[in-house]
Amino acid sequence: MVALVQMPRQAKRGEVIEVRIVIQHPMETGFRFDLLGRAIPKNVINNLSVRYNGSEVFLAEMGSGIAANPYLQFFTVAEASGDFVFEWIDDAGQRGAERAAITITG
Amino acid sequence: MVCLAHAAEPQKPTPLKSGIEFASEDVRKLQGDDFANPGMLWVARGVKLWSEAAGKSGKSCAACHGDAAKSMKGVAARYPRVDPGAARLVNLEGRINLCRERNQQAPPFKHESDELLALTAYVAYQSRGVPVGVVLDTQNRRNFERGRARYNTRVGQMNLACAHCHDRNWGRQLLNETISQGHGNAYPTYRLEWQTTGSLQRRIRACYFGLRAEMPPYGAQELLELELYVAWRGNGLPIETPGVRR
Repeated sequence: MVALVQMPRQAKRGEVIEVRIVIQHPMETGFRFDLLGRAIPKNVINNLSVRYNGSEVFLAEMGSGIAANPYLQFFTVAEASGDFVFEWIDDAGQRGAERAAITITG
Repeated sequence: MVCLAHAAEPQKPTPLKSGIEFASEDVRKLQGDDFANPGMLWVARGVKLWSEAAGKSGKSCAACHGDAAKSMKGVAARYPRVDPGAARLVNLEGRINLCRERNQQAPPFKHESDELLALTAYVAYQSRGVPVGVVLDTQNRRNFERGRARYNTRVGQMNLACAHCHDRNWGRQLLNETISQGHGNAYPTYRLEWQTTGSLQRRIRACYFGLRAEMPPYGAQELLELELYVAWRGNGLPIETPGVRR
């Protein structure tokens, strides 16, 4: 699973920062059928959590209404230098993870 | 019935307009933002594949071609072209697969596989902004003429040729859609309808489907020849890969 994360590398303490992530995933709804008429089982990223220095700052529980290759965006407050850890899991049990670092200046 | 196939000189639409100019504001924004553009996921995958060793040779693309940003700049703008080694017309996907077979000694990627689309998108991405510049010569002239004839031949239950929509009626509405000039300068493209990235051949096949005509299989000679003609008539348009279309 390919994922792209975009957020500022540096921020001032207390600054509101924008974090964006896009994950390559088919997000199968479970309502579609293949060419032979068999139902394609539902397979969506059902849980995405973002931890900032260990504490959860964002959690998304997704269902079958989310388009393929979901793109999520949220705001948080930069408090300390450290890591953002993005972790997600889909219905097939496949896990993915990304990491991005931020440095606090001043 | 007007016999388009024997028109004196092949016509290019004027002014040339990329498909993105017919797209809605939302789609244009999506393509313009390199982060939100879902096609960039395939490019990102292509970055990895570029330096991954493959096949019996144990070589990666980078082992021979080095930095793609330098070695692949402008390459996509010249395809489809006749490959001197294979002595047949190939598009960019076909050329990548030829390289895999010949130099990496690896099995070719399947048509429309994520890997093939990713590498193609990555290579074409290096030519972003470079104008399409397919050159007609003695080698591809016959292919070009066949592609042109096919472009102007009525097919399917709808009994329409490509030219009926994309030469004569571009810019007009077909139900909810504005008919484009039918250029391939943004492919491989992320199509919202597909919810994935696809090749120009997939798009052309979708047109055949809409015409209720028999769809040529992926990699078919007639599709390649049509791709060549379509590329030629879009000569001068900047490459947009990875594009976003509805």
